[in-house]
Amino acid sequence: MSGHSTYEPKTGFERWLDTRLPIIRFMNDTALDFPTPKNLNYWWTFGGILALMLGIQIVTGIVLAMHYVPHVDYAFNSVERIRRDVNYGWLIQFMHANGASMFFLAVYVHIFRNLYYGSYKAPREVLWILGCVIYLLMIITAFMGYVLPWGQMSFHGAVVITNLIGALPVVGKSITTWLWGGFAVDDPTLNRFFSLHYLMPFVIAGVVILHIWALHVPGNNNPKGVDVKSKADTVPFHPYYTVKDGFAICVFLLMYATFVFYMPDVLGDAINYVKANPLVTPQHIVPEWYLLPFYAILRAVPNKLMGVILMFAAIAVLFILPWLDTSKVRSMRYRPTARLYLGIFFLACLVLGFCGANPPDQPILGHEPSGFMLLDADINSIVWLSRIGALYYFAYFLLVMPILGLTETPLPVPEGISEPVLSHPAAAPTGAAAAPEKRG
Amino acid sequence: MSKMLRKGLALAALGLALIGGQAMAASEADEPRAPSGGWNFDGPFGKFDMAQLQRGYKVYREVCSACHAMDLMYFRNLGQKGGPFYDPKYPNPNDNPYVKSLAKDIQVKDIDNDTGDPVQRPATPADKFPAPFPNEPAARASNGGALPPDLSVISKAREGGPSYIYSLVGLGFNAPVPAGLTVPAGKYFNPYFVGDVSSAWHGKGPAPKGGFISMPPPLAPGKVTFDDKTPSTVQQQAKDVAAFLAWAAEPKQEERKAFGLGAMIYLFLLTVIVYFSYRRIWRNVSH
Amino acid sequence: MADTVVGATSDPHASGPHASGDDPSRRDFINIAAIAATVGAVGGLAWPLIDQMNPAGDTLALASIEFDLTKVEPGQQVVVKWRGKPLFVRHRTPAQIAAAVKDDHADLRDPQTDAERTKPGKAEWLILVGTCTHLGCVPTVGGGEYGGWFCPCHGSVYDTSGRIRKGPAPKNLEVPTYSFLSDTKIKVG
Repeated sequence: MSGHSTYEPKTGFERWLDTRLPIIRFMNDTALDFPTPKNLNYWWTFGGILALMLGIQIVTGIVLAMHYVPHVDYAFNSVERIRRDVNYGWLIQFMHANGASMFFLAVYVHIFRNLYYGSYKAPREVLWILGCVIYLLMIITAFMGYVLPWGQMSFHGAVVITNLIGALPVVGKSITTWLWGGFAVDDPTLNRFFSLHYLMPFVIAGVVILHIWALHVPGNNNPKGVDVKSKADTVPFHPYYTVKDGFAICVFLLMYATFVFYMPDVLGDAINYVKANPLVTPQHIVPEWYLLPFYAILRAVPNKLMGVILMFAAIAVLFILPWLDTSKVRSMRYRPTARLYLGIFFLACLVLGFCGANPPDQPILGHEPSGFMLLDADINSIVWLSRIGALYYFAYFLLVMPILGLTETPLPVPEGISEPVLSHPAAAPTGAAAAPEKRG
Repeated sequence: MSKMLRKGLALAALGLALIGGQAMAASEADEPRAPSGGWNFDGPFGKFDMAQLQRGYKVYREVCSACHAMDLMYFRNLGQKGGPFYDPKYPNPNDNPYVKSLAKDIQVKDIDNDTGDPVQRPATPADKFPAPFPNEPAARASNGGALPPDLSVISKAREGGPSYIYSLVGLGFNAPVPAGLTVPAGKYFNPYFVGDVSSAWHGKGPAPKGGFISMPPPLAPGKVTFDDKTPSTVQQQAKDVAAFLAWAAEPKQEERKAFGLGAMIYLFLLTVIVYFSYRRIWRNVSH
Repeated sequence: MADTVVGATSDPHASGPHASGDDPSRRDFINIAAIAATVGAVGGLAWPLIDQMNPAGDTLALASIEFDLTKVEPGQQVVVKWRGKPLFVRHRTPAQIAAAVKDDHADLRDPQTDAERTKPGKAEWLILVGTCTHLGCVPTVGGGEYGGWFCPCHGSVYDTSGRIRKGPAPKNLEVPTYSFLSDTKIKVG
């Protein structure tokens, strides 16, 4: 999509087509000959994994829509009918349900790879923002998809999340009613969620195309975080990265298949196998695991509106990340202090996830509260743990990132991809290429 | 694999373990126990014991079905591949004579084609298991206000699955009621039932785990006569019906595991081949 | 990843995967095997995605029905739904049977004798799939000049044995697979 093209039409037909619709040229320049830094590690394979997962979700989703009935009386049974009666329906349904989890797992690895190697920094800010848009769309799509089986958690999850919007002053209530198409989550809500759940993946696919476009203008970042200097720093995408991504995809699929075939329900909630009942709420309302950290941030705040604002802020802050980070060095390989703070941030996200999964008043250590109240809650409770986690979450973006970039002393950064950081006279013989099996 | 990747995977595993803590945290009931010897359908190679499923169906039919519906089950399911009465001679379960005779014993509601009157007729394999009550209020009215849950996917809808069912009906009702616990009229204490008994607790220490269930003890020794002469103890009945319900919650789970085995082997070989292809292609690039 | 390794290397842009070839046969084999195995995996997954559109278990379960013939008076036809289509169960009068047998050797578009279209000794019962063999409309009973059926869509005329006599339809009305369970009960499908 940028730079000069290396495509040379070979046959008469290719030449004919190239002057009318240069689609082969386009495919060649974006997917085959695209110069890619040669030092990308396995963390860079998750882009390909994500593209595959989007494809799998769309294909299995279209199939499921052939059998699913978006009606409060039939939705639950129609999903069960897919598992019981439709040929290979069990496979397709479990692939779709677990695929959502795998999709999020891959997107989180992709995001953390980004944070570690500073891929969001100039000149890739737009690329990063488009990624954030995709992530936001994924959350909305996954939420609406989770409502469709119309189990207890589907229904009450939808009630809780849609009620969040009711926290907005003045317009909140009208927006919720509009969203529901009634006075509660009901048949109209289910129908529109189905319609939108079907639509959103294609919107995501559109943004993914923009995302790839924005990637191909500056090209890939790389583990060293330095710019590509010459052609010697790169290899063509195909076959070098098609095969490397292919290998990573296979390993990822092995894990995915383990879930689908041997523990298809382990990531879900047992209570969602109970048909939705608007009159009875399950004991613990929890979202799917990939949204638990945001749920914890929501519950950390005693004020409903503030909780909602903070939860959305937790995603919104990602959008301005490129301007919060003041460091000139991209890769955290050369920023040991920043690496430490990022590690704590990763832990904070896990802690927030843990908090989101458990009831707020539950003790963390032992089975008894400490008896010491701090403000409104016992100090030994999930609430306070999630407050600490949430505090760090925001502090990392708003304080650590801007300040650290100005104060830290990074390690020496290599000149280019092919040059070492420090000279290793022993490690740089001309025969290095003769023993490739020692690397990898 | 690089060191960093391994570290990342370890952290991810840790994260999943933390999230897995949620099931642990919400235990207001005794941890469900599997029968001694475990379940033979557990694990990637586990298969159902046909004789056990047949006994389990008999327990459901003669005991549970008096109050519990199985809305997602059809008689034909009993004769499908992997089902309790599957006969390789009849790949179409609707032709299976034994399933037909089982269905025939049960009356289902229908509409007379000529008069339009509601009538009862013997079921066919294509019919659903009939529900014991016409609707939810009727079910509640007959059961002291409590609703007997549908058992189609109950094994998936409860933490612990078949072990929970086994513990609840096979072990829980025999547990002595702790001294100091006032059991409300029409209710039964069961340590495996998820609930909160603290308001009825007058004894020392924390309230016992468990809850008050509206279902009276459903099983009794010899209540069901097994055709294969298996001794009909409460635990045997509980074990068999739990296995039947585990099968009914996902009748195609054996197909899933078998398909999965082939898929995993293929995928593994593919991974190995692609890895060598990767090494081959990258052999001359220093990176 | 050992990212600090330095070394002279062949230019991958210039040579691509076919770099200075050592043992090209193995290289080709492993790469072709990888591509073939990937194609196989995609093909393997394609089958479930195709097969899911075939009739599901509950649809197949309704594929055979039993029908009590005592409900049909002589000269009448009862229509029941079978596999989503109408099924004609016609109790023919002796006159109608005679009319059908008389034309067994007439100039038929789809030659068949009446005996071939009924069960032996049960000539009064004619069981037919009630969709016109032209484009699938449902013919009306007793219409047309042969006293059989008349299709209102495009004017196909069938006789009392359900054979096509006039109009655009190419074939006789289809006789489904059925059997007599007793004198008064049939199983279709």
